[in-house]
Amino acid sequence: MSEDSVESLAGRQVALIDLLDRLLNGGAVLTGDLVLSVADVDLVHINLRAVIRSVTSDEPAPW
Amino acid sequence: MTEEAVPAAGQEMSYVYAVCRAGTPVETALAGQPGLEGAPLRTVRAGELAALVSSVPSVSYGTEGVKAQMEDLDRLEVLARTHHAVVEAAYEHAAVLPMRLVTVYLDDGRVGEMLGARAPEFSALLARLEGHVELGVKIYADPREAVAVTGGAPETDTAASPGRAYLQRRRSQQRNHRETYRAAGSVAAEVPARVDGIARAHVAHRPQQGDLAQAAGENILNDAYLVQDAQADAFRAALAGLADDVPGVRVEITGPWAPYSFATPPAAAEGDTR
Repeated sequence: MSEDSVESLAGRQVALIDLLDRLLNGGAVLTGDLVLSVADVDLVHINLRAVIRSVTSDEPAPW
Repeated sequence: MTEEAVPAAGQEMSYVYAVCRAGTPVETALAGQPGLEGAPLRTVRAGELAALVSSVPSVSYGTEGVKAQMEDLDRLEVLARTHHAVVEAAYEHAAVLPMRLVTVYLDDGRVGEMLGARAPEFSALLARLEGHVELGVKIYADPREAVAVTGGAPETDTAASPGRAYLQRRRSQQRNHRETYRAAGSVAAEVPARVDGIARAHVAHRPQQGDLAQAAGENILNDAYLVQDAQADAFRAALAGLADDVPGVRVEITGPWAPYSFATPPAAAEGDTR
């Protein structure tokens, strides 16, 4: 990895929504022997529902 | 195992951030890097693979605990940023396969079993991602910005009645709105050709909406591209100036990211072009 990339990877504050796109839609998903994962984020249905849905749902947003 | 394991209250569980090859200098990256709840990081090895792990209390990371964390934006942000910080610190030193947020096992023994069971798949993914970064491309349509740039609505007939002037303004706004979105669509359509030969793979995320999408305008494209590390600058250069002459259309490039969007096994990934 080049020096430039190392520098920009370190010490920058990324936007939370960009991060959640990746952490809730991307990443390796493990099923089977794990206790829990947020692969099914529908289990979340409260204040954050709109926020979570906005980065995970395939359905059109209701707004 | 066919049913979900239930941790005993007060127990510690193993939170997995990422998987990498055993023997890579990731241990160096872990020194001084705190995991969730400030706990120290460790690696769990199995064969040629190693998982980056820290202990988390079952009360906060069991089903109910995670629900509570996800309901609280501040706690979710801490969780996401801590997970990300660990992945980034490791990724500076070696190729890693980031796990999805909140991948939790009962103990290190189960993490090791998982590594063993998924070894062929993880090795193939790591080989594919080695030496690559992810870059995000977002395109926004902002009709109000278009008006500001082009100097406002076309001249309305000042002699016209107020009603007629209103209708003229309204039509002009609608036309501006349509044209801005059409222009944004054209800009979006140009991206694949511009990065052809540079990008190795492509994943489309859903356009960003909702409370957390605070950027001006509407996000109409939210894509991730897998690019060789040495090609990251070329990728940015290829998209430079893409919307410079297009009022109300904005292109944002994010990253480099660890390849989160490409860590999902190919069968489950969408829009992978090659």
